[in-house]
Amino acid sequence: MNYPLIWNIAQSLSLARWKQTLVAAVGVMFSITMFIALLGFMNGLNDLLDSLVLNRTPHVRLFNEIKANENQPILLDNRYKKYHNFIRSIKPNGKNAQIANSAAIINTLKKDKRVLGISPKMIAQVFFNVGETDVTGVVNGIDVEAEARLFSFGDYVTAGSYMDLKNIPNSIILGKGLADKMLANIGDVVQITTAKGDRFPLKVVGYFQSGLGEIDKVQSYTSLKTAQKLIGQSNAYVTDIQIKLYDLNMAPTVSKEYAQIFGTDAEDIQTANAQFETGSSLRSLISYAVGITLLIVAGFGIYNILNMLIYEKMDTIAILKATGFAGSDVKKIFITIAISIGILGGCTGLFFGFLLSLLIDNVPFKTAALPTISTYPVNYDLKYYLIGITFSLITTYLAGLFPARKASKIDPVDIIRGK
Amino acid sequence: MLLEAKHINKSFHDPVTVPILKDVSIEIPKGQFTSIVGKSGCGKSTLLYILSTMDTDYEGELWIDGERLTGKTEAELARVRNEKIGFVFQFHYLLNEFSVLQNVMLPGLKLGKISHQELEHRAFEHLRKLGMDSKALKKANQLSGGEKQRVAIARALINDPLIIMGDEPTGNLDKKNTEVVFDIFRQLSEEYKQSLLIVTHDPNFAERTQRIIEMEDGRVI
Repeated sequence: MNYPLIWNIAQSLSLARWKQTLVAAVGVMFSITMFIALLGFMNGLNDLLDSLVLNRTPHVRLFNEIKANENQPILLDNRYKKYHNFIRSIKPNGKNAQIANSAAIINTLKKDKRVLGISPKMIAQVFFNVGETDVTGVVNGIDVEAEARLFSFGDYVTAGSYMDLKNIPNSIILGKGLADKMLANIGDVVQITTAKGDRFPLKVVGYFQSGLGEIDKVQSYTSLKTAQKLIGQSNAYVTDIQIKLYDLNMAPTVSKEYAQIFGTDAEDIQTANAQFETGSSLRSLISYAVGITLLIVAGFGIYNILNMLIYEKMDTIAILKATGFAGSDVKKIFITIAISIGILGGCTGLFFGFLLSLLIDNVPFKTAALPTISTYPVNYDLKYYLIGITFSLITTYLAGLFPARKASKIDPVDIIRGK
Repeated sequence: MLLEAKHINKSFHDPVTVPILKDVSIEIPKGQFTSIVGKSGCGKSTLLYILSTMDTDYEGELWIDGERLTGKTEAELARVRNEKIGFVFQFHYLLNEFSVLQNVMLPGLKLGKISHQELEHRAFEHLRKLGMDSKALKKANQLSGGEKQRVAIARALINDPLIIMGDEPTGNLDKKNTEVVFDIFRQLSEEYKQSLLIVTHDPNFAERTQRIIEMEDGRVI
C-alpha cells in the first residue's frame, strides 16, 4: 500500500485542525509525564525503603535458636515409634547461642563461589548504667570492615567514624536514641553491665541512625573482639554468621543447604522480610493503576477529537472514497493520525517526565529517620520509559481504532447526495 | 461495450418500500457523450451512483469494460473507481486541505502507477488544458466555484479513466461557467474521444450531447 500518500493525507488532515491535534497530544503528553514522574518517584521511594532493611539484612543468616532438642528419648524408642507422642514441659538443653566450630564454617563459606562475603557477629544483652537506672540494650559485636563493606554500616553512622570502632580499643557506637537517653556525647565513657554482672567502661566514638527509631533506642555496636571480651568468651565465640550472596534469589536454597551442612538454624532474607516485598509490590501496583488511568483518560480525549474530526471531514472522506480510496485506506489514515498523536505526545511526555523526575530529585528532603537521604528519591529505570511509550501507543491506537472504523464505513453516496 | 447495466432494480425501504429503479437496462459504448435527463426524483442520480459502483445495494448486473462488478468487495470496487472512472460532482469539488495540484494528483498517487514526478507533470498538463495552470499552487478553497469545477475535471482525468461521470456538474454554476464546463466536456469528447456520462436537469445542456437517456418514474423511456 501507498504509505507515503496515507501519511501525507493524515498529516494534512491533522494540520487542518492543528489546535485540536495539539490538545490531544498535550493530553497524552501530560499523562505520560505524570506516569513517568509518579513511577519514578514511587519506585525511588520503594528502593529507599527496601534498602533501609534489605541492604542491612544478610541474605542468609546462620544462628542457633535456643529451643528444646527435637530428638527426645521417647521418639528414639522402638516401642513407641508407631504412636503419636505428646511431649510437654521439656527445657532446652545446654546448647547455647554460640555457633560451634565457627572458624571452620567461615573457612568453608569463604570457598563457596556463590558467597559474596561473610560477616561474623555476636549479640549480647547488656544494661547501660545511667546514674541510678539501668537501660536495657543490645551490643552487637561486628567485624567492622566486613559489616561496612557488605551491609553499608558506614552509611548509618551519622556522627563520628565507624573505623574508630576498630582502631580505638574498648569503643562503642550508640544508637542515636540510646545516646540521647543517656545524654552521651562522642568521647564520653559509658558504663555497661553484662548479663553475668561484669561492669565495663566503653568509649563512645559515634552515633548511628538506622531510620527505625525503635532500633536506635536499644542497639549499639562494638568490635567483635570487644564484645567477646565483654562476656568473657574466646575469640571463637560467634552467635551469628551473616552471609551475603551474589544472587539474592538463591538465598532460600542456600540457606536450607547450610542449615543441613553446618547443623545450625538458617534464615533467608525472603522469609525474614516477606512483608517488605508485599509493601513494595502494592505501592508499584497503585502507581501503575494511577498512571494507566491517566493514559486512558487521555485516550478518551483522542477518541473525542478524532470523532469530531471525522464529522468535520465527512466531505473529504466521501471525495477520497469516490476517487478510489478504499475503506481500509481511510481507516489507515485516521489510525495514522491517532498514532502520530501518541508518538508525539508520548515522546514529549517522556522528556517532560524526565525533567519532572529531575525536579523531584532535587527537592530537599531531610528527615531524622533517613540519615542517608537529602532529596526525594527517584528511580530513573529505563523500564518505566519503555512501559510509558508502549502504553501511550496502545491507548492512542485503541482510541483511534473506533473512529477510524466509523470513518471507513462512511457511505460516500449518503454524503454526496445528502447536500 | 464500455458500460452495461442489466435489469437494475432498486428500492428504498425506509419506512415503506418505494421502488426507485424499475428494470433499468442501458448500454454505453466507448467514446460516447451521453446525458441522463429527467425530472427530480425520477431516479437518474440513483442510477448514476449504481453505475459508478459507489452504491452496491441493487438487484441486477453491472459490467464495466467487460468485467462484472456486481458482488465485488468494497476494496475491489474502490480500485475500479480509481482506475477506470473519473468523477465530477455538483457540490463536492476539492479537498480544502490540499493545493490545487495536489488535489489533481491525489487519485494518481493512490493508483501509484507512475512516478511522482511524472504524475506532477501530467497533472500540470491537465490543468493547462483547462486553463487552470496559473492557480496550481493555490489552496483549493481560494478558487471560485467555476474554477473548482474545472480543477475537479482535471482530477477526474488524471488516471486516464475509461469514462467520466458527472452528477449535475453544472447544477451549481452560473450560465457563463456552465458554458465553460460544457465546452470542456465537448472538447474532451471530440478531441480525445473521452466517454462521458452526465446526469443533468438542464435541457439546454442535454440537447447538445450525442445521446440523451430520458428517465421517468424509475424507468428509461
